[in-house]
Formats: sequence, structure tokens, C-alpha cells
Amino acid sequence: MAEMTLIKKGAEAELYRGRWQGFDVIFKRRIRKPYRNHDLDSYIRTSRTSLEAKLLSESKRLRVPTPIVYFVDLDKTEIIMSYIPGLPLKKMMPTMDETSIKQFFVKIGKMVGRLHRGGIVHGDLTTSNMIVKDGSVFFIDFGLGEYTLDLEARGVDVHLMRRTLESSHHEVSKIAYNSFISGYSRVMGDETEEVLRRVGEIRRRGRYVEGER
Amino acid sequence: MSSVQHVLGIECTAHTFGCGVVSSEGTVLSNSKAEYVPKTGGIHPREASQHHAAKASATIRDALKEAGLRLSDVDAVAFSAGPGLGPCLRTGATVARMLSLLSGKPLVPVNHCIAHIEVGRMVTREEDPLVVYVSGGNTIVSAFSDGRYRIFGETLDIALGNCLDSFARSLGLGHPGVPKLESLANEGHSFIPLPYVVKGQDVSYSGLLTMAVRKIEESDPRDLSLSLLEVAYGMLAEVTERALAHTEKPSLLLTGGVARSPRLQRILESVCQEHSSRFYVVPPDLAGDNGGMIAWAGYLALKEDLTVPIETSYIRPKWRLDEVEVPWRR
Repeated sequence: MAEMTLIKKGAEAELYRGRWQGFDVIFKRRIRKPYRNHDLDSYIRTSRTSLEAKLLSESKRLRVPTPIVYFVDLDKTEIIMSYIPGLPLKKMMPTMDETSIKQFFVKIGKMVGRLHRGGIVHGDLTTSNMIVKDGSVFFIDFGLGEYTLDLEARGVDVHLMRRTLESSHHEVSKIAYNSFISGYSRVMGDETEEVLRRVGEIRRRGRYVEGER
Repeated sequence: MSSVQHVLGIECTAHTFGCGVVSSEGTVLSNSKAEYVPKTGGIHPREASQHHAAKASATIRDALKEAGLRLSDVDAVAFSAGPGLGPCLRTGATVARMLSLLSGKPLVPVNHCIAHIEVGRMVTREEDPLVVYVSGGNTIVSAFSDGRYRIFGETLDIALGNCLDSFARSLGLGHPGVPKLESLANEGHSFIPLPYVVKGQDVSYSGLLTMAVRKIEESDPRDLSLSLLEVAYGMLAEVTERALAHTEKPSLLLTGGVARSPRLQRILESVCQEHSSRFYVVPPDLAGDNGGMIAWAGYLALKEDLTVPIETSYIRPKWRLDEVEVPWRR
């Protein structure tokens, strides 16, 4: 067995860093949740592992940087993928000035636009799931992603991006979100308006929203 | 004049008309309530508000008597200004305005969600927990950050308690739905697949409810109840766990009416164990809607002079948790 160090115990998976076939890799292993019904748990872990591996590879084809998938082990519900030597955007944001925040979020908006155009939604667009390396942004953790051209799913994706900015980076959330939308619309073109209208609807659907916010 | 202050709180957002009195030392001196139980179906807002109007004076009298105070002894009157059902909120606000006028004491509007959180912090003495607030009307995962309770995850449609209560009614289990559903589920054995809908940090329960109701005809109700609870609580546990990992808060506080569920408590406790976080549950008498929690949140707001003149003491049926400034935690 390859040598592995636990680097992150996330909500649904454990991430180990190690060497595999001469590569610097991440082992993403979905762990059994003792609090979850056994059948439900197995189903969720297997289906998410297999789907995530596909989405990671497919995204690259849409010119969205993601880790390279080397191996998928469905019995262990594990994905072996390349390690990205960078920092999560969440950690970098506080040190960034307005100009680079704008640049980054225009770029991120374009990436999300390319995913949506290509029939993929990420499903968990938080700044912890974006790794910055040499000025490039890598999307990781497609565990909640899906193949869909559905307006609702696209809307939820954008809604989550906005919510993450508001909850974790609210002092720059407006600038970041506006830049995100400007990048997104450059790829999505006329479809942008429809998505944004849905984002507004999703926001109002939260049961207690006062007026338009 | 002693330095201990007393605040009277009126809760009136949905099923419950509640009146509680707290002292500034963080003691709930009394907590009376009258609950509206619909004859059939779910809550009817107008009937609920009529029930509350009829029960108000007796409930308030009980609360003051138990606290050993007269109305003139209290230092402020707090009321739940929202979120909630309009007709109920109006009844509660009218009662509170009258008490404020009679006593000449200031009126303090309180956000109902804030009250659920603050009473939990008061009894557990936990400074900065991640909060899971689950009830018939709300499903919110929240953490305090920079002056407000930020929402990290919530339901995109109906609340957890609403989903479970509606299903319990469809099975003919009656009121209160969740405990009956849980005891039925304890006899269940096999798992029936149901839609498990987590979208990022948010959950959606309406499709789950529809599918569960649709399967009543063809399924063993014990298995179906078990499966519904596993899926519904499992979804909440997943977003809670992710919020815990993301915010790195040292503890978790479970509050709201559904916090009384032993099964949900076990599940979230297990989530906390995995992340070495402390787990707290609001005690049963303060978990559901009650006047005591409104009084305590009112006291915290009173200290910051967040009172309101009678003329502008509007109700706010759609008042979101994350709209409220929380100066007492700065």
C-alpha cells in the first residue's frame, strides 16, 4: 500500500495525500456514516464516487481545470487523483485586493459558464472548493455535481456561489458576485438573464424573504 | 431599586400563544403557553389567531403569577414580530402593545429565530455554537459571523417539521406527528428508497414528502416511516456536518420544536463526535415556541436600546434571521 497522510477530514470524505505509481496524488475516500441507514449510505457513497470521477474528467474537456483522475475504486468508494499544489481561494481572499478579486471572479464566472454550457453543474460552488495555483483556478469536489442542462440546477449553482460570498466573504461579496456574473454572461450570453431570473426565484423561495433582495 | 431586570415576552407566530418572564440573570421565571390544535389538517391561520386572542389574558396572568410579579414590575414587554403567520403575529403584537401601554414600559420587537438561538445559548452557556434550528416552519443551519447570524444552509421549500407532520397526518397519526412517527419507525426494518435532495448546503423536503405520501398505499407504514426519517434527518446531518467542517465552530446547538426528537439528537451527536465538537440540545420546555425565549432575546435587545414606539411596531411575517443586526454579540 502506498504511503498516505490524512490531510483533510471533510464532511463526507477523507482526503489523503501520498504517492501512487510515481505520481503525487490525493486519495479521496468516501467514508461510511454511522448515523446513516446502511443501504442509503452505500447507495450515496457509490453513486457519488462514480459520478464525481466522470464529472472531473468531463470538466477538463470543457476547459475547466480540475485534478486528473488516475483511478477509481468503487469497492472502497475511492478516487485517486492528481494533487494540486495550491491554496484554497477561501484562504486567499482576505489577502487579495479588489482588482485581483475582480479578475479571479470574472475567470470563475467563465469557468462556471463553460460547465453549464457543457451540461454540467458543480453543485457545491464554495470558495473552499476552488484551488488557486499559479494564477489558475482549479475546481475540486464535484461530489454534488450532476449532468444536466436544467435551468433550476444552474440557478442553484449560481445561488450557492452568491450565498457563499455573502456568508464567508460578505465585505467583498458584491464586487465578487458582479464580476462572477460578468464572466458568466460572457460565456452564457443570452441565457444568462434566464438563469439570473431563476436565481432570484430560488432566493425568494426560501420561505422567509422580505421583498426583493 | 434592584439591578435585576425583568422582561415579559409574548410568543405568537404559529400554533402557540406563549407568555414568559425572564430575569436579567438568565433565569426563566415562568413560561406559560396555550397551543392551538387544528381539528383536521394543518394550521389554519385565522382560527389559530382567534384561539390565541381567546387564551391571551389567562396565559399572561398565569405567567405573571408564577413569576411572582405584577405587570408594573416588568421592565419591558417583548414580542415576536416575525417571521410567522400574519394573523397570529398581529394578535401577538396587539396584546404586547396593550401590555406596553398599560405598564408604561418599552416595547421590544424580537425576531423569532433569534429567540430560539439565544435561549439555547443562555441555557447551555455556549458562546459560539453552530446552530441547527428545526421546527414546523424553519430549517436553518446558522453560525454567527461579523454582527449577524449568517445562514449556511436552509430548506429550499418546506420545513423539516412541516414535512414530517404532513406525512404523519397522511398516515392518520394525528398530533403531535413527529413523536408518533418516530415510535412507528422504531418498528421498521427495511429501507425504502426515497428522494434524497441536498443542493450544496441546502436541503429540499417537498419532493420527499410527495414521494413518501405516494408510497403509503403500497408500503408497510413502519418501513416507510423509518425510511422517511432516515432520509430527512440524513439530509440535515449532511449539510450540518459540512457547515461544521466549513465554519470550524467548537460546538453544535440543536434548537426549535423538532430538537425534541431523540432520533435526530442521536444522529447529530454522532456528527459532532466525528468532528470532536461538543453537542447541545435546548431542553424540551424551551425547544418549541415559547414566551420565555422571546423575553430573553427581548432582554438582550433592551440592553442595546432596541425598543420601538407603539406607532411603528409593525409585524414582519417574512423577517429573515440574517437580516437582523446582533449588537449584543459584537
